Amino acid sequence: MMVTPKPLLSRVADSVYWMGRYIERVENVARFLGVNQNLMLDLPRAYSNQWQPIVDTSGDRVPFQARHGAATEENVVRFLAFDPQNRNSIYSCVVAARENARSVRETISSEMWEQINSLYLLVMEESRKRVPQVLPEFCHQVRMGCHLFQGVTEVTMSHNEAWHFIRVGTSLERADKTTRMLDVKYFILLPSLSDVGTPYDDIQWAAVLKSVSGFEMYRKRFGRISPDRVVEFLLLDGDFPRAVRHCIGLADQSLHAITATPPGAFSCAAEQQIGLLRSELDYAQSDDIIKAGLHEFFDALQLKMNRIDECILSDFFAQCLAGAAGVSPRVLASQSTAP
Amino acid sequence: MQFSSYDTQGFYDEMFESNGRARPHGRLLLETVESLSHGQLLRYKHAAERLLLQMGITFNVYGDAEGTERIFPFDLIPRIVPAAEWDRIERGLQQRVRALNAFIDDIYHDQKILKDGTIPSDIVLSAVSYRKQCHGLAPPRRVWCHITGTDLVRDRDGQYYVLEDNLRVPSGVSYVLENREVLKRIFPGVFEGLSVRPVAEYPSRLLEMLESIAPGWAPNPCVVLLTPGIYNSAYFEHSFLAQQMGVRLVEGRDLVADDRGVFMRTTKGLERVDVIYRRIDDDFLDPEAFRPDSLLGVPGLMAAYKAGRVALANAPGNGVADDKVIYAYVPDMIRYYEDSDPILPNVPTYLCWRENDRQYVLEHLDQLVVKSANESGGYGMLVGPHSTREQQQEFAQKIEANPRNFIAQPTLALSRVPTIVGEQFQGRHVDLRPYVLCGKEIYVLPGGLTRVAMKKGSLVVNSSQGGGSKDTWVLAPAAGGRQQQS
Repeated sequence: MMVTPKPLLSRVADSVYWMGRYIERVENVARFLGVNQNLMLDLPRAYSNQWQPIVDTSGDRVPFQARHGAATEENVVRFLAFDPQNRNSIYSCVVAARENARSVRETISSEMWEQINSLYLLVMEESRKRVPQVLPEFCHQVRMGCHLFQGVTEVTMSHNEAWHFIRVGTSLERADKTTRMLDVKYFILLPSLSDVGTPYDDIQWAAVLKSVSGFEMYRKRFGRISPDRVVEFLLLDGDFPRAVRHCIGLADQSLHAITATPPGAFSCAAEQQIGLLRSELDYAQSDDIIKAGLHEFFDALQLKMNRIDECILSDFFAQCLAGAAGVSPRVLASQSTAP
Repeated sequence: MQFSSYDTQGFYDEMFESNGRARPHGRLLLETVESLSHGQLLRYKHAAERLLLQMGITFNVYGDAEGTERIFPFDLIPRIVPAAEWDRIERGLQQRVRALNAFIDDIYHDQKILKDGTIPSDIVLSAVSYRKQCHGLAPPRRVWCHITGTDLVRDRDGQYYVLEDNLRVPSGVSYVLENREVLKRIFPGVFEGLSVRPVAEYPSRLLEMLESIAPGWAPNPCVVLLTPGIYNSAYFEHSFLAQQMGVRLVEGRDLVADDRGVFMRTTKGLERVDVIYRRIDDDFLDPEAFRPDSLLGVPGLMAAYKAGRVALANAPGNGVADDKVIYAYVPDMIRYYEDSDPILPNVPTYLCWRENDRQYVLEHLDQLVVKSANESGGYGMLVGPHSTREQQQEFAQKIEANPRNFIAQPTLALSRVPTIVGEQFQGRHVDLRPYVLCGKEIYVLPGGLTRVAMKKGSLVVNSSQGGGSKDTWVLAPAAGGRQQQS
């Protein structure tokens, strides 16, 4: 007899989605920090304040200034890595990812739980020191911890509904972070076009690519570094795992796997919104985007991704949030055998 | 580390006889441990602690900063129960659970045992855990105690006594399974040459039992485990058992219920639930039936249960037999329903509602253990010999004010097991909590949770009071001539 897979609890879907998002966020923040410190060591003093833009990519400039003041390395590291009041710090996101994982421990594999727990213990231990002793090493360990979690997820958990929710969360977060990174860096680096030909220009653009682990893959694809090609690569490449188009494609595939709707069709608002964005990116050209205004494009992209997130909430998770009052049991046909 | 300086100090020791000789069933283990190179056992101990932390096998401490997690201290030296001893425990527990079931079913129906005067009816009807809402209910298979975690202790003479029955929502079985896993991973050599009965089948047995109590019309019953959530002290166990059984772990907010049944909210609409293994106390189960301020429960759950649309394990109302005054009558229940003498005796118990007992208790507070009828977890009790005058006076007042609510027992010299303390072995007091499943048949898990009072001289083994645990080895009946040779 065929036994159909058990549908996922709405609360569980919500938790695994956010667990995926938070782990991805941790990995990104750790990478931004590590790459930036590496970059600073290469730049002359005149270029030296590159820490403020890192805060800007997280979108938290105002709370940062309020609590920490000047964007020195120490302050930025404390804010982005260990500040429990910063909801987007590595510390807060690891705690949140683990809390979500803890609440769905029976849904994920033990290996996933143990890995997320190890990452948590690593960050807790480091956070007790005032400043990490060796920042690059810490960032590296955190990134590897996140990668290990994602790899363990791939090979120890059935690619079932819950797994697809993890992938939707991870992909949307990754697209969001690549977008923010590019948005902030592109406009900071443009004035330095006057430096064209100087080694510092190349170093800075290489750092942008490294911030999304894209340097080597970009080289293979385009060779010489040029700002427009970087934009094309990080926005529209179909194969690079951190390219926005690639991420949206994965999220789209997973949503269809969750609803069992055929590709190219949609059965709910989330699927429709993500499908619209996917086809837009599939048929876009980077020259057109840059001509029409890159910043405007990024703003619109952020709004669309926020809308997708809202739709996922109302389509899949909201049954949980609606509260108990007055819900009349609509029983799944296949489950009902009551007399 | 060697046992040469180990001293049983006149207590019953699970590993050594009073003359200092190792008991036959413990010899092989002692040889293995003593043959380790210097410092190796402590390295194993630290590896086990790291592993427990990494596996996230922790419990939450109430009254501590929110979300504080600790590992439950685990001692590497196992407690061994020889086959013949276990056989008696198993039969004794089966007998006891059968009688308790019969008693609970009786008092929610005809109340024959009360009418016959075997147990005073005002004692039962005045129990805080007696639920009039359950009167007349007939749970599937007439089972009320699906999962029981009986606490057993041994006194100075080595005799096993039942200390508590724990019928409501007994916890700790996950530590039984995980302790064994940890010991197997860290120190596999310790099992060498011994035939230790496995405990890993517990989740399958539990699932089988839960499926067996589904309302009759469900062909592929949907079983769920209902937890109060991640801040509950036993949350690790809830998620562990759900994971091991492959059933969904739900919170009250995931469910909707009325007299048509119980349903859970999923990404694909509502799905019927047939059996709920609930780890929430009666009081919090359904705000419409019990405490109206409960946020953990499911409104309408009792309506669905009464309509026979869902099975609950354990059955609401079964906690009446956990009342420590009613506990004192379990031997009478066994004689009444089973027509046989109890295989496992109770700890002798003074009931303060009886004039003579109360006088005795009040005069001997410095020697007795006094317990209130409805507390657990080591709370609300007085350990006479370890108490101050003020504490004794406080309890005397409480007893005078509400005699029905108090019992007293002699302070038992709980048996001890060698335990790693610093860099040597010292005896520490233990109890034993075996787990009993009751569905179509009564199954006793061959093993159990051995809790250890880690503090020197302490008799309180509860995890909330600084207790730890040990792996518990039940030896198979044919377990090697080597143990029986001498």
